[in-house]
Amino acid sequence: MDAKFEFLCRMGDSTLILGHRISEWCGKAPVLEEDIALPNIALDLIGQTQMWLAYAAEVEGAGHTADDLAMRRDVWDFRNLLLVERPNGDFAQTMTRQFLFDAWHLPMLQALTTSSDKRIAEIAAKAVKEATYHYEKSSEMVVALGDGTEESHARMQSALDLLWPFAGEAFVSDTVDHEMAATSVAPTPETLWDDYEASVKDILSRATLTLPKARFAHKGGKSGTMHSEHLGHLLTQMQWLQRAYPDARW
Amino acid sequence: MYAQMIKSEATQDDPEKLAAFQARIDAGDTIEPKDWMPEGYRKTLIRQIGQHAHSEIVGQLPEGNWITRAPTLERKTILLAKVQDEAGHGLYLYCAAETLGVSRDELTEMLLDGRMKYSSIFNYPTLTWADMGAVGWLVDGAAIMNQVPLQRTSYGPYARAMVRICKEESFHQRQGFDIMMKMANGTAAQRRMAQDALNRFWYPSLMMFGPSDQDSVHSAQSMKWRIKMNSNDELRQKFVDQTAPQAAFLGLTVPDPDLCWNEEKGGYDFSQPDWDEFFDVLRGNGPCNTERLAEQNRAWDEGKWVREGLMAHAAKKNAQPIAAE
Repeated sequence: MDAKFEFLCRMGDSTLILGHRISEWCGKAPVLEEDIALPNIALDLIGQTQMWLAYAAEVEGAGHTADDLAMRRDVWDFRNLLLVERPNGDFAQTMTRQFLFDAWHLPMLQALTTSSDKRIAEIAAKAVKEATYHYEKSSEMVVALGDGTEESHARMQSALDLLWPFAGEAFVSDTVDHEMAATSVAPTPETLWDDYEASVKDILSRATLTLPKARFAHKGGKSGTMHSEHLGHLLTQMQWLQRAYPDARW
Repeated sequence: MYAQMIKSEATQDDPEKLAAFQARIDAGDTIEPKDWMPEGYRKTLIRQIGQHAHSEIVGQLPEGNWITRAPTLERKTILLAKVQDEAGHGLYLYCAAETLGVSRDELTEMLLDGRMKYSSIFNYPTLTWADMGAVGWLVDGAAIMNQVPLQRTSYGPYARAMVRICKEESFHQRQGFDIMMKMANGTAAQRRMAQDALNRFWYPSLMMFGPSDQDSVHSAQSMKWRIKMNSNDELRQKFVDQTAPQAAFLGLTVPDPDLCWNEEKGGYDFSQPDWDEFFDVLRGNGPCNTERLAEQNRAWDEGKWVREGLMAHAAKKNAQPIAAE
């Protein structure tokens, strides 16, 4: 197993799966402005996926393309965080998932802009601009809906209680992370935690929401050892054309 | 078109003002929101711009249907960008309509309870990936026929919205044609999808222009006001003349055995669509009317708490400085 390939798949698969989830909202958002904003975020994330997975395919050296990796791997080969494969649920869950992801993604990309791997640093430099906007938007939305009406507050609190156990996975190191950190390719995940917790707490307090006390974190997504049942259904839809017509070029 | 069968409103204004207004239109002036305008002009425009906006909104659904199944990452990004553009077009158009004294929420309510319509074309299903090509090539192609001249329409906000929309629509049409090229030059299965998409979308695209309006008093009034620029038949002819050679280039067969070049008129002869089907679709009996409206209503109803939450937060924020004083 090539650690850099694994790492690149973790970045690219997370943006791919979250981009896909967000794109499920197209044309169905609660307000027209969100019908414009959500596809924009999905578009950024899929664009980042193209860069991460193209590089992953090069590092892999098996003659694959970014599309091959996206469309022809099965569940156990995906390396995305469990958080991003959670179903959209209501708008509160979608926004909370986005916020918990962005609050990690932004500092992660900021750190990667100084990666010892020049190509990773370049991808991060481009993606960090988009992630900055994503974080601003999702944190504003969490504040507004948390602080909005009784109903919007209750929905946001339920979403947070539901999704918080999926936030911690990004901050738990394994051998891939150790190797990336040892070669200064990427930061050690744990080093991002304190700032993450502080920024999440700040936003949640402005949103009048309560951070769940439990620190339990589900894991198995970024290692690929145990995804949720949801990912297979997502891939069934996303990969269908490529698998049904394997000889076709699109 | 994105606005079909628009009835012009009778106008009972002061004849002198009416004459002066008509003189401005005839001189090529642009009418702006604060200018005097006949009540009929205002109401007709609200109906036309509103229907156009609704078409952009509902038009997200048949293409949104394929975003999660787009075959490559690049195709997914292109389709996302396109559907996002449509939402943006809806927004410009609602803003243009708002300058005439109707709110976006009022227009939305009228769409949702069926008082206002959207283009018949969006009541047809998108069944294969080739439909993403056919929608861009044919549906956006037909829309452009009408929207390009509307950049010169008499109502300023509408004309300006149309300038932005046209830029994006021509990109949409090109990407649709690009999908058709890939499909038409692809595997046997892809060619079959491409031909099937053309078969299903040809006549509904011709219907977009609406039935012949050469004897319609409504069209005559709208043309006089320069909010309709060409007759439905003129635009349909132009569309067929542009599209038939493109189909031939793709190696696809237009599903009309009577389609042939007429040297004398310098255009194609072609068969009319089934107008009974068109009126059925307008009455709500198209293949997807029920689903499209139900989807819009569901999104609106389920989004109510979000809109209320955002408004409540904004109100609290606005109240803060006053409370601090």
